[in-house]
Amino acid sequence: MKTKNLFKLLGALFALILVASACGSSADDLASDAVEEATGGDSEEAMDDEAMADHTGLTVALVAPSASDDVAFTQSMVDSLERLGVEPQVTDGTFVVEEAAAAIRGYAEDGADVVIAHGTQYGGSLAEIAPDFPETSFIWGTATDTQGLSNVFAYNPAADQGGFVNGVIAGSLAGGGSIGVVGPVEAGDAVAYVNGFSAGVESVGGSTSVVYTGSFGDVALATTTAQAHVDNGVQGLTGSSQAMVGAANIATANDLPWFGTQSNTEPWSADLTVASQVYHWDVVLSQMFEMIEAGTLGGEAFELTLENGGLVMEFNDGFALDPEIRAAADEAVAGIIAGDIATN
Amino acid sequence: MASLSSSPPTGFSVSNFFTVSVLVGTLSTAVRFAVPYLLAALGETIGQRSGVLNLGVDGVMLLGGFGAYYAVLETDSHLFGIAVGLAVGLFMGVVYACVTVFLDAEQGISGIGIFLFGLGFSDLLFQELVGTPLPIRPLPRLDQLSAVGAWFEPLVDIDVIGPLLFDHDLLTYLAFALVPAAWWLLTKTTFGMNIRAVGENPQAADSLGVSVARTRFIAILIGNAMAGLAGAALALQLAIFQHNLTNGIGFIAVALVYFGAWRPRWVMAGALLYGIVTATRIRWQSLGIIPQGASDVAAMAPALITILALVLLARRVRGPAALTRPFSRH
Amino acid sequence: MKRLAGASVPLLAALVAFFFGALMIVALGESPISGLTSMIDGAFGTGDRVAATAVRAVPLLLVGVGITVAFRANVINIGGEGQIIAGALLSTVVALAIPDTPKVILLPLVILGGLIGGAIWGAIPGVLKAYASVNEILSTIMLNIVAVQLMNYLLRGPMIDPIEVNGSRIPQTARLSDNAALPTLIDGTRLHLGVPLAVVAAIFIYIVLWRTPMGFRLRAVGHNPDAARAAGISVERNIVKALAISGALSGLAGVTLVFGSESLRLVTDGGSAGFTGSAGFNGIVAALFGGLHPLWTVPSSFLFGSLLTGATELQRELQIPNALAIALNGLIVLFVVSSNKVRSWLDRRLDRSMFSDSPDPTKNMGGESELVAADGVQRE
Repeated sequence: MKTKNLFKLLGALFALILVASACGSSADDLASDAVEEATGGDSEEAMDDEAMADHTGLTVALVAPSASDDVAFTQSMVDSLERLGVEPQVTDGTFVVEEAAAAIRGYAEDGADVVIAHGTQYGGSLAEIAPDFPETSFIWGTATDTQGLSNVFAYNPAADQGGFVNGVIAGSLAGGGSIGVVGPVEAGDAVAYVNGFSAGVESVGGSTSVVYTGSFGDVALATTTAQAHVDNGVQGLTGSSQAMVGAANIATANDLPWFGTQSNTEPWSADLTVASQVYHWDVVLSQMFEMIEAGTLGGEAFELTLENGGLVMEFNDGFALDPEIRAAADEAVAGIIAGDIATN
Repeated sequence: MASLSSSPPTGFSVSNFFTVSVLVGTLSTAVRFAVPYLLAALGETIGQRSGVLNLGVDGVMLLGGFGAYYAVLETDSHLFGIAVGLAVGLFMGVVYACVTVFLDAEQGISGIGIFLFGLGFSDLLFQELVGTPLPIRPLPRLDQLSAVGAWFEPLVDIDVIGPLLFDHDLLTYLAFALVPAAWWLLTKTTFGMNIRAVGENPQAADSLGVSVARTRFIAILIGNAMAGLAGAALALQLAIFQHNLTNGIGFIAVALVYFGAWRPRWVMAGALLYGIVTATRIRWQSLGIIPQGASDVAAMAPALITILALVLLARRVRGPAALTRPFSRH
Repeated sequence: MKRLAGASVPLLAALVAFFFGALMIVALGESPISGLTSMIDGAFGTGDRVAATAVRAVPLLLVGVGITVAFRANVINIGGEGQIIAGALLSTVVALAIPDTPKVILLPLVILGGLIGGAIWGAIPGVLKAYASVNEILSTIMLNIVAVQLMNYLLRGPMIDPIEVNGSRIPQTARLSDNAALPTLIDGTRLHLGVPLAVVAAIFIYIVLWRTPMGFRLRAVGHNPDAARAAGISVERNIVKALAISGALSGLAGVTLVFGSESLRLVTDGGSAGFTGSAGFNGIVAALFGGLHPLWTVPSSFLFGSLLTGATELQRELQIPNALAIALNGLIVLFVVSSNKVRSWLDRRLDRSMFSDSPDPTKNMGGESELVAADGVQRE
C-alpha cells in the first residue's frame, strides 16, 4: 500500500512537470511581446543611429543580481547589450555575492574577453578576482571608481539628473502638491534618483514624501508604502528597483501619474506612466568595447548622463502631457546638460 | 551629499496621524495586508491541530500565487484565478499528505523541501511562461464590482466605518469569514473533534475507530488548499507576480499559529497585530514621523512586537501533544 | 550489508529527484546529460573547484551540526539565518575595532566574536522557550527578520565604509583587516582555514554529545523531558544550552562567510539570503542527509555543497535559471526524507529484529526513532 502511494506521488509530480512544459511553448510569444514593449519601440528610432561598431568579436559575459526581465536594473543592461548587437552569456538572479564571484571567476577562467559585473555589491569580490586575470577586462557598475585596477572599467548613472527631470514634471502636474516616493534600499543609484527627484519637485514648488522600504524585492511592502502615500493625498508616485511594480499598480488603481527609472516602465502602468529615465548603458559600453578592442582593458570610470545620451528621458505617448509641462521638462534637460542646474 | 529627510506632504503634521480618517485608513490597509497571513495561518492551524507541522507553507503560497496570477493573466477571470490557486494548494496538499501520513517523513524537513521546491518551481514557471512581470487587473473592491458595485458606493462613503468595513475585496471578507468557520469546524463538527483527537492522542483515537491517516490526510489537504488560496490572495491583491513574491509570509504565518495558541480567533488577532504594526510604521515613515535613518529599526517592529506580545500574554498553552510525531499502528 | 542497503536508499531517492530535474531540463530545451556533466564539472572539475565546493560546504556543515545539537534536545532551530548574521556582525565589529592586532591574536578573537554573537542569537529563543513558553519556531522566525534589519541598519549607518558615504552608498563595511582573514591553506585555491575548522567543530560536537555529561543531559532532555526532570536535570537550562550551542555554530558559519570571502567585507542587499546563501535552511537539509549525526553531516554537507556549486555552473554553461537548481534541491530533500520509511522497511526485511542496541548513526535518519512520546510508547 505504501509503495503505491509513492508511485502516486511520483506520477503526480511527473504530470505536473509535463503540463508545465506543454504550456511553455504557447506563452513564449506573450513574453517576447512584453520585452519588445519594454524597450520602448518608438523611442528606439530616436536613439542615435550612428554606425555602431560591430563588437561581435568579443566574448561577453554578464553577471547580474536580479532577473533579466525585471523591467528594471538588470533588464536595462540586457537591452543595452542587445542594442549593441552583443549576445552575452548571462548569469542572472545571483544576489548571493559569493555565487556571483564564482560566476565572474568562472567566466574569466573560460576565457571571456569581457565580464560585466552588473552589481555594486560585487565590487569587493572583483577587487580580488581582477588581478588574477590580467587578460580579461572587467566592467563594473554601478560604481564611480575602478579601485585602481588597470583591467576594470566602472560605470555609474547620474540618476539624479533624470530624477530631477521627472521631479519637474511630477511637481508641475501636481500643481504644488506632494509626490510619493517609494525607495528600496538607501544606496547606490536609488538614493541618487530619489535625491534628484526631490530636488526637481521642489524646484517647481512641490514637496515629496520619501520612504525606503529596506528591500529591493519586497513587492508587498512597496505596495503598502505606495498605498500609505496615496492615503496621505499625494498627486503622483515614483520608485526605483524591481519591487516597484507594486507601487506602479497602486498608481494605476488610483489614477495617479507614475514616473519610472532604470528601464521604461510602461509595461507596468501603461496609461499612467508619464516618463521614464532609461539607462542606455550601451553609450558607455560601446566606448569601453572600443577601448578594449584597441588594447586598453580598464582604468577608466564612465558616467551615464543626459548629455552623453547614457540617460534618456522616454516619454509615454499614451499619456497626454500638457505641452507646457513638456516644454519645462525639455528646458530642464537642456539646463542640466549645460551645467546650469544642480540636481542634488 | 546629505541624506534627504522625509518631508511630510504639505498639510500634514505629526498630530494629524491621530485624526480619525488617518487611523481608519491605516487600519483599512492593515486589514488587507493581513489577509494572506491570515489565510495561510488558519490552514496551518487546522493541520497542526491534527498533529502535522507544515513548514512548506511559503512554497505552497508561491505555487498557488503563480497559478492564480497566470490564470488571471490568460483569462482575466479572478474567480478562475482563485480556483487555480485552490487547486494548486490541494495538489501540493496531496503531495505533502502522502509524504507525511504514508511515508512518515520528518515533518520539519519535508516542509523545507516543499518550500525550496515551491520557491524554485514557481520562479522557473514564471520565467519560462511569463518572463517580464506584467500587471494583471487587481481584485475589485466591493464598490468596483460590475454587478453590484453601485449598491456599495454609498456605504463606502460613510464616515469612518465606511472605508473600514466596506472598502475591501471579496477575498478579504472570505478570509475573515473563515475564522469563525474554522472555529466551528474544529469545535462543533465531528470531523473537527476527530482532528483534535488525532492531534492530541492518536493511539486513543485509533482505538476508538477514528482513522488517523484519513483525518490527517484531509486536514493537510485543507491546510494546503488554504495556503494556495493565501498565495492567490497575495498575487491577486498585488496584481503581479515575481520571484519570491511572498518573501517569508508563509513562515510568519506558521509562527502566527503558535502565537494564536492554535485557536482561530487568536491567530486572527496575531495576523491583525502584524498587519497593524506594519501598516502603522509605513504610514509613519510616509508622514515623516519616523525619520529615514530609522527605517530598518522600524522594519523590525512587527517581529519584535509579536514576540513581546506573546511574552506578555504568558499563556502556558500546550499544543497538540502529537504535533510532528508520525503515527504508526505497530 | 544492511548498512549498504540502508545508505543506498537515500541515494536512490536522490536519483529519482534527479530524474525529475532532468525532465525539467529537457522541458527547457537542454540535454540532461550535458546538464549533469556541467554540474559535476562545476563541483569537481578542477582542484580549485573541489576546493570551492569544500568552502561552499562549510556554512552548511556548521549550521547542520548545530541543527543536530538542537534536534537531540528536541528543539527545532530554524533561526540559522539570523544566527549566522549575528555572528558575522559581532565578528566584524571586533575586526573593525582592533584591525592592527597581530593575526595570531585577532583571528581567534574574531572567531570568538562570531561564536558569541551566534550563541546570543540562539540563546534568546532558548530563554523565551524555557522561561516564557514562547515556541521556538515563532521566536526564531521573528529573530531572523530582526537580524536582517539590524544588519541593514548597521551597514548603512555606523558600520558603513567611510568611502561609501559620499560615493555609491553601498551598504558594506570597509575592507576588513588582513590579519583577520582566514588563511588560505593551498595556494592558488580558495581553500581556507574554515574547512578544517568546521570539520573539527563537527568532531568536537560529536564528542560533547556522546562522551560528556553535558551532552548526555542534552540528549536526555530531548528523549524524555519528564524523566530527565525527575532525574534532577534542568530542562530549561539545557534547552537554552542546546539553542546557544546551535546558534554559536551558525555564528561561526557567519565568520567563515565574511572572513573567508573574496571581498573580505560584510555587504548586504537588504535580505538575508544574499549574504548567507540560505545556509540557515540548507544546513537543516545537510543535517538531515547526515542522519542528524554530527559526523555524517560532514560528507553530506560536502555533497550538498557540490549540488550548489554544480548548479552555479549549470546556470553559467547552459543558461539554465537558478530557479531550477533551487526546485531540484527541494525535490531531493523531499524524496530523500520520504525514503526513510522505505529504508526502515528494508532494514526490517534484512534484519528480523526490530531493535538495535548499538548506537548506529545511520539508523537515525528521521530522528524520531529515538524519541519517546509523552505517553511512553516507543516509536519505531
